[in-house]
Parts: sequence; C-alpha cells; structure tokens
Amino acid sequence: MKPTSNSNDSQSTQGPLIALRGVTKSFPGVMASDHVDLDIYSGEVHALLGENGAGKSVLMKILYGFYHADEGQILLNGAPVSIQSPNDARNAGIGMVFQDLNLIPVFSVAENIALFLPNLKAVLNPKEIERQIIEISHRYNLKVDPHALVSQISIGEQQKVEILKLLLSDARLLILDEPTRVLAPHEVEALFVVMDNLRKDGYAIILITHKMREVLECSDRISVLRSGRLAGTMLRAEANEDRLVALMFEKALTGLKIQPKDGTGKALEPLLELQDVTTHREGIGTELKGIDLKIYPGEIVGVAGVSGNGQKELCDVVLGMEWCKKGRKLLYGNNRTNHSIQTMRNDGVAFIPENPLSMASVPFMTVLENMALTNTRRYARQGGFSMDWDAVKADVEETAKRLGFAVALYAPAKSLSGGNLQRMVILREMTHAPRLIIASYLTRGLDVKSAIAAQQALVQARESGVGILLISEDLEELFTLSDRLIVLYGGKIVGEFKPEETDIYEVGRLMTGHGIQHGENS
Amino acid sequence: MAKIADMYSKILNDAVRYLLMFLLAFLLFGLILLIFGKDPIQSYKDLFISTLGSTYGFSEVIVAMIPMLITALAVALPWRVGLINIGGEGQLCIGAAFATWGALTFQNLPAWILLPIMIILGMLGGALWAFIPGYLKAIGLVNETIITLLLNSVAPLVVGFLIFGFWHSPMDTVKTANFVPAALLPTFFGTRIHLGLIFGLVLLALFWFVMKYTRWGLEMRAIGGNPQAARRSGISLKGYLIVVMCIGGAAAGLAGMAQVSGFYGVLLLNFSMGLGYMGFLISWLAGGQPLGIFLMSFVVAIIITGGNLLQLTRGLPYAVINILLAITLFVVLARPVFFERKKA
Amino acid sequence: MSLLSILGVLSSAIFSGTSLLYATLGEVIGQRSGIVNLGLEGVMLVSASCGFAVTSMSGNPYLGVLAAMLAGGLLNMILGYLVISRQANQLASGLALMFFGFGLSALIGKSYVGAKIDGLPRILLPGLSGLPRLYASLFKFDLLIYLAVPMAFLVFWILFRTRWGLGLRAVGENADTAFASGRNPRLIRYQALFAAGVLAGLGAAHLSIAYTMTWAEYMTAGRGFIAIALVIFSRWHPLQAIAGALIFSGAVAFQLLLQSSGVEISPLLLDTIPYIVTMLVLIAWGGHRKHSAPASLGRVYYGSE
Repeated sequence: MKPTSNSNDSQSTQGPLIALRGVTKSFPGVMASDHVDLDIYSGEVHALLGENGAGKSVLMKILYGFYHADEGQILLNGAPVSIQSPNDARNAGIGMVFQDLNLIPVFSVAENIALFLPNLKAVLNPKEIERQIIEISHRYNLKVDPHALVSQISIGEQQKVEILKLLLSDARLLILDEPTRVLAPHEVEALFVVMDNLRKDGYAIILITHKMREVLECSDRISVLRSGRLAGTMLRAEANEDRLVALMFEKALTGLKIQPKDGTGKALEPLLELQDVTTHREGIGTELKGIDLKIYPGEIVGVAGVSGNGQKELCDVVLGMEWCKKGRKLLYGNNRTNHSIQTMRNDGVAFIPENPLSMASVPFMTVLENMALTNTRRYARQGGFSMDWDAVKADVEETAKRLGFAVALYAPAKSLSGGNLQRMVILREMTHAPRLIIASYLTRGLDVKSAIAAQQALVQARESGVGILLISEDLEELFTLSDRLIVLYGGKIVGEFKPEETDIYEVGRLMTGHGIQHGENS
Repeated sequence: MAKIADMYSKILNDAVRYLLMFLLAFLLFGLILLIFGKDPIQSYKDLFISTLGSTYGFSEVIVAMIPMLITALAVALPWRVGLINIGGEGQLCIGAAFATWGALTFQNLPAWILLPIMIILGMLGGALWAFIPGYLKAIGLVNETIITLLLNSVAPLVVGFLIFGFWHSPMDTVKTANFVPAALLPTFFGTRIHLGLIFGLVLLALFWFVMKYTRWGLEMRAIGGNPQAARRSGISLKGYLIVVMCIGGAAAGLAGMAQVSGFYGVLLLNFSMGLGYMGFLISWLAGGQPLGIFLMSFVVAIIITGGNLLQLTRGLPYAVINILLAITLFVVLARPVFFERKKA
Repeated sequence: MSLLSILGVLSSAIFSGTSLLYATLGEVIGQRSGIVNLGLEGVMLVSASCGFAVTSMSGNPYLGVLAAMLAGGLLNMILGYLVISRQANQLASGLALMFFGFGLSALIGKSYVGAKIDGLPRILLPGLSGLPRLYASLFKFDLLIYLAVPMAFLVFWILFRTRWGLGLRAVGENADTAFASGRNPRLIRYQALFAAGVLAGLGAAHLSIAYTMTWAEYMTAGRGFIAIALVIFSRWHPLQAIAGALIFSGAVAFQLLLQSSGVEISPLLLDTIPYIVTMLVLIAWGGHRKHSAPASLGRVYYGSE
C-alpha cells in the first residue's frame, strides 16, 4: 500500500508526515540531542547532514524506537505518537535501513523479506511472496533475485533487500543511514534513481549522510546537525557547499595555536612508509586503495575524515592487524609488509586505539597487569616463571611523572573511567620509548582535562623525535597538533597539506567528497 | 583494611550461597526419594557415614576424586584462553591406551623406568587427541566443541579395537591382561589411593602458580579476558590456542594413565564412565579456579562414592546417585538468588 | 553373501536406526533454534523407561508411546529453563540433564527389569505378502518405523515451509534479527525444545516398546550422542538425516556383510567411519556459510535493551 501521490513539490499543502518537536536526549556527560525540531513531509528526500557525534544517529534511533527521548514529542500526521520500540515505529510506518544490515546470510532474499512481512501466512506461499517482491522491485528498480542467498549477493544488492523489506511492510517513511558508504559508483546512481521513484510515489525519505554531492544532487531539503542541535534547515535551491560546511563545522576556531615547529628538515629517513597499499574489504568495512604515506621522525601527521572512510583500516594495516592485498609497508626502511603485530611492536610501534576498553585492555586485570601486556618478555624473569612487577611499576611511575598523569595501579581496568583508561593506555604505549605512535581518535569521549593531557603527551613524544599518525574527527585538534594534514575519503587520500596552508572549509569539503571526480569513487 | 574486610565478606557470601544451593539440592533429591518410597533421612545418613565416617570410606572418596581432579584441570586451562575442551573423555581414553601400550611392551623394565615412560606416553596420547581440534580452531576452520565431541565417540572405538585386536587377555576379550606390578602406580597405606593423587595435586599447584605468577599465565589471562586487546599487544593468539589445547589434552591423558595404572591395573573397555564430562562440570562449577576445583571434585566424589553404599543398603540402583549429582548441578546452573543483594 | 543376508542387514539397520532417526530429527529442530542438547541420551533413557512402564502397567503400547513423547518434551523443558530463562551454559546444562536422565531412568525402570510387554504390532510391508515366510519376516515393521521417513518430511516441511519454521531458523541464526522482526526468541526456543523432546521420546518409545520390548539400564547405548553427531553429519537438514541414520546404524550390520564376503575389518573401526566422515565434512565446508552450523548455536540470548 503506497501513500497517496503528491505532486513533485517537496512541500505539500498538507502538514508534515512526521514531526519532531523539542526532542532531547542526553547520555552521561554528553547532550546527544538538544531540543531538535524537524519536519519531514511525504514525497520528499530530506537529507540529514552532520559530522560524527553531531547526533544524527541518536536522533534517528529515537525516531525508530531504540532510544527513548528525555523530552519532546513525535507527531505522526499531526497527532502525537508514542514510539517505545522498533515495533511501534514499524506500526507507525517508519522503517530504517542500518549501516550494519539486518539480514541473515544463509537465508535467501525471499526468506529474509518474508521474515519481516507483517501479514505472513502460517503456511508459506513462496510463489505469492516472490510475486510481491518482483512487483515492488520492478516498480522501483530494486531488482534482486529472490532465490539468491544473501551471502552470495553484493552489498549493494543487500541494501536493496533491506529497502524491499521496508516497502513490503507498509513503511511510509524510510530512514537510510549512510547508504552509499558501501556502494560502488554505479550502485550509488542506481540508489538515487530508486529514491527518486519512491519520492514521486509519496514516500518520505530521510537520508543520513556526510557526503555533499549526494545532498546536493538528490535531496529536496537539508537539515544540518551540529553538537546535537539543529544548526539549520534549507531547501536545496538555497544550499551550496560553503553554507553547508559552515553549518556543519564550528565556524570560528578560536584559540587556534599552531605549534612552532623546530625546523628539522626532511633530510631524515621516514620512519614509516606505505607504498600503494591496498586492503581487502571485510563485510561493511572500507577498503584502502593505493595509499601512499610517509611519516618522518619528530612529526605529527594528522588524518582528517569522517569516521568510516578507512581510518580503522589504516591503523590496522600499520599495526599489522590487517593484511595488504597490494603494496608495501616499510618500517625504518625495512620491508615489514604483512609481518606480525609482535614484530611491529618489537620494532617500537605503539598503538593508542579509540576504544581503550574493548581494544586495548583486559577489563578484569589490574592496571599494573595491563601495563605489562605489550612487553611481557622484557619483564619476565627466570625464563618466564615470574614477572618483575616492581620493574613494571618503576617504569610506569617514571613515565607517569614525565607525562604528568596519576594512575591507580591496583584497580581493575574495568573500574576506570574512559578518561583514566585512555590515560592508562597512553602511559603503557609511551613507556618503552616508541619510535612510531598510531593514535586513533585519541581524545574521543574524554573530558577536557584528560584530552589536553593526552594531547600534551603526544607533543612531548614528538619533541623527542617520535613519528605520530594522529587520526581524529576533531578538526581543531588536528589543526593545532599536526605538522602535516591528510584527508581520507572512501579509502583514499584526497588531500595533503600543512595546516597553515589550508582552512577548515577546504578540509571540510574534502571530507565530504567535494572536489572528487564524479564516478571515481564514492 | 577495608579491602580485606571486603574480600572476607565476599568469600563468606559465596560460601553461604553455595551452602544454600547444596541444601536446596539435597532437599529436592530427598523429595524424589520420598516419591519412590525410600527414606531420605536414612539415605543421607548412610551416604555421609559411609564416606566420611570411616577411614576406608574417606580413602575411597579420595580415590574417586583423583581422576576428576585432573580432568577438571584439562578443562580449566584451555578455558582460560577461551577454549571449550569437552573432549576430556576421548583424551583420557587415548592417553590410557598409549600408556597401556607402554605397559604391555616394556614389561621387563623396572618400575622406576617404566612408570615415567607410561606417564609420558599417557600425556602424549592425550595431547595428540587434543591437537586436532586445537589446530582446527586456531586456523579458524571449525569450532573445537563439535570436534572434541565427535572425537569423544571415536576414542573408545579405537581403544576397543586395540583391545580386541591385539591386547586382550586370553580369558577375556573386553580387557587386556593385568599389568605387571612394575606398571602399577604405587598406593598408600594399604588404601587404594595411588600416586595419581600426587599428580593431581602437583598439577593443581602448577596451574595456580603459572596463571598467577608467570609470563605465560599473564598472556593467557589476557587472551581469555580480551582476545582483541591481547592480539593488539603483540601476543600470539594462534600459538597459545594450539599449545594450551594440547596441554589440556595431555592432562586428561595423564588422568587416563593414572586410572588404568593406579586404579584398575588393566585396560578395559569403557573404563571411563563419564570422567571427562564430570571434569567439565567440576571445572564449570568451580569457575575454573584451582581451589574451587579441589573442593568441587571432593564434593562430587563424596556423592559418587556414597552412591555405592546406597545401592547395597537401600536397594537403589547405583545410577540413582546421578540424580543427586544432576540436581546439584541444576541448582548451581540456575543461579538462584536467595537474598536481595544490594548491587555494588 | 546371499540376498537373504543383504536383506537381513537392511532390515536390521531399519529396526535399529528408527529410534536414531527420530532423535536426530528432534535434535535438528533444537539446534536449528540455537540450542545443543548434550543431555539427549538422558532424555531418551527417561522416555524409554516411562514408555515401557506405562505400557507394562496399562497393557496398551500406544499409551506407552504417548507417555514417552510427553516425558521427552517435559524433560527438555528443564534444559529450556536453565538455558533460556537462567541463561546458563548450554553444554554444562546438557550434561547435567544427561546425568539426571541416567539416574531417573534407573529409578523408574528398576522394577521392570525382566518384564515383558506386548509391544507395537508388526505389519508386513504392503505388497510383499507373496514372499516366502523367511523373507517376509524381515519386513514386518511396526507403526513407528512406517512413520519415520514421513516424519522426516514433516519436519522438513515445518522448518522450511511454515511461518513458525522460518522464525525458528531465524532465531537459530541471529536471535536479534528475529527479535527485530517482532518475534519472541525465548518463546520460540522453548517451543523448539518441546518439539525436540517429543521427537526424542518417540524415538525412545520405539526402542523400548517396539524394538527390544525389554528394559535395561543404559539401553539407548549411546544413541543420544550418535544423534548429535548425526545432526552435524546431516548438516542440520532433516532429509539428509534419513541417509545418515541408515549409515550410522548400518555400520555393524554392514560389517557382517563384509565378513561373509571374506573381508575382515573390525566392526569398531567401521563404527568410527561415520564420525570421521562428519569431521571431514565439517572441515571441508568450514568456510561455507550455507553448510555450517546455525550461527547462534550454543550462544546465550541476552535480549536487547
């Protein structure tokens, strides 16, 4: 059952299909949604734009029933509705396609769709189901083979299945969360056509994205979120990149201090060199394509980009967690392509991940024990039969003094706050005079004090000749700390500058894919 | 000071909880006995008197405890790195078979040479049987639980084949000839408690020591606690998975050797009767902790040994004691909440 | 190697394998919903004992079969309670259930040692009445044997052609996705376990009421564990279980055949072949999703939010 057709006008004379009024949600320490008002009309594609952490995901999850708003209302055709669970959302005609698709790989396309059909008969009628699928898929150009197993079809086709699921469950509002992240260019075009057809039939579509091109090409209206607030809404006709980028990123970067570099020239050999490194994509990850990167001693190379454009893969490749399908990795001039993590660490590579709890610490072990994990051999005595915890303690305390951290050695790691945990990880990684540090979202989720402390630690390391790869979503941090800045988009490096040569607008544009050749990547 | 008080109160809490759980289990079992027309009170009295009331009874409990102690370790060690070794049954079997080969082949050697050979053979057999699932898991191909279960079924068939085909005694096709005295583990003080007890206690102590103090224990605990963090810290996951699985198998194999050499003095078909599974359950109940394993295997041994007497005096088939065992397990697995606990 | 001996082998395999097939079908349902039941051996023992006892007391074998089915379903509810509602480890819970079954079946069956019952009547396979008596006697099967293969088809139909079956398989693959589709994974798992228990009881009933018609301790002789291996061998597919059951129960009989034609292989080694083949199958298909275990097998479902 599709909604009544509207004219091609994006704003119909009726009221909005879905309206959010004053929706507010906060988590401990962070205001994820701040009194957001939003109107979505039938027959429009409404783009929701914003950086990571701007609150797009949270807002949509509230709309879809995963979270409960602290304040505010959701109105369906003008009347308030209560959405406490995804079931309620579905009953209200709201459907969402997530980034990690909700499909069962060993089931066929038809079975996956059947699972979500609201009026499925007790005895399945495969022919009938197939007929329904084919009818809708032909109408909206969402062609898939109903008999194919989901594990055998491409990600683009899997996405089509997700959309078909929604259409066949009588959804009237479709929320698409970063759908083009995993699509090839021609698949992106196909998706735009699908969205256009749906729009003409009166469906409302919310497109969550950070890509400027998509926004400007296929949306009717654009809302920009920043730090949980609605920064602005405009018609497509009124929009251009500069205005949108200005809304997305903090306009004025006050207090921007560019650290004076003590001009050590590039006469030194690079610590790390990646030559044409390409990786293989795992599921919904992003593959790196032809990365060329050099990191010299005593410099911080900042990596800007919206999360999900290859940052995780870049870190993993340098550390040794991920294999290079093509290309080479050189450490201090030696070929270390596809060598083990242990080799990299023994050579002085340190890693500070974005999620210290799940990626770098063993929760039930004490801080002291966690400290020794990267260097167990060094602290082992009597051939491994005992550990010299005093030595660990001494090293840790020395580094702590140098960095100005305080650390509770005997507390279990899981009892530490996020900030303290990150401090612990930084402490550990800096303790053994690393020569190369990979810092991934160093200050994400940290309170101000901890963030500053972490940044200072990095600067201190740089002063002593360490090379650092700093990945961050905080442009201010990147501009302040980096000696060189690169921008990752779609698994490629799309820009490389010195911070003083550029500004946030240019970086912001590159982060959102502007200026990239149409059809080259997505 | 507050920390020690905390620790004591936690131990007290746990002790009370376990006590209550056992009481609940005994109550339920008593109920079942009643339903079938038996006197529960008398049965319980018999159970405890026969096992704890006499030196002989007590020694029998220890004898029953020995193999389960070791098979529990065979599960607890791999569990520390996240491996589920339910193949103790099969590893036990093959270990016993290897040791038996040694006993039959080197009959003329003196005990102080023969026994160590048998010990090594037993551990080798168990380790080999565990290597297959360990390797397959390390390369990410198959789940070790399924493979160990299948191998459990294969092991007794292989051992049976060896007995029937090559080793059986002239009089009896289901078992080998009795081992020569040199192949028997010595016993203590006229009881049936054999050297296997020392093996078990030594292994237990080693397990505790290694996990707490050594470098490998630290790395293993890291793998078990957060495999991704361990990997990113440079710890070799694959290596540990294979080696630890083999060590677990070796322990089970040792238990098998101890049973045939110390308890039976002969290899017979189906000598195990669930020792491997019992070890799995004990390790599970004890949370993989050495002290817990010691206590749990003792408690289970009491139940099992007591069952013998119930059979004689109460006219109950021996199998009935399994009910008490099972109910105890049910209660512990169901994790009942007895009091309202204030969440810390 | 006469025709008679070949037919004899076939007949023996059919008689012996029927209970195995029923138990396997039940376990397929259970595992497809994500739960492995290591206690199957115990469940079958109790069901066999109950069935035998009721048949003996009432003189009605059909009543006995019903009792066995009910016993199986109820016993599986213990596993269900532990694993679903208390979120206990499936392996440990299954093993505990196994020991429980050992003990309970001994308690029930103790008074029936040596008892004789009138089991299910045996009917000649239709169309064979013209055969000489010797041959015909090999093909007098009871009702449960005749129903075994149709039951496999029924289970197949339920799993793959009904809404409930679709939901069940979804729970076994990804309980969160099933929940997102509006289903209740916990309830579905309970239902699956009950069905599995009923089927296990049916198999056990065949063993005690139709096949051996006596009672003995540990009379299932490992069929519970064989069934678990069979489920894996059949790659969780009810129809492949038919062939598997014949192979697994036919090994011993097959050995006699080989022996009479001069080939001497130990029956014990022959018995290992099905297991080894199962392992090889698993290894070969290890990478392929379609032929591997239900993705959620063995995992505790914690629910969302």
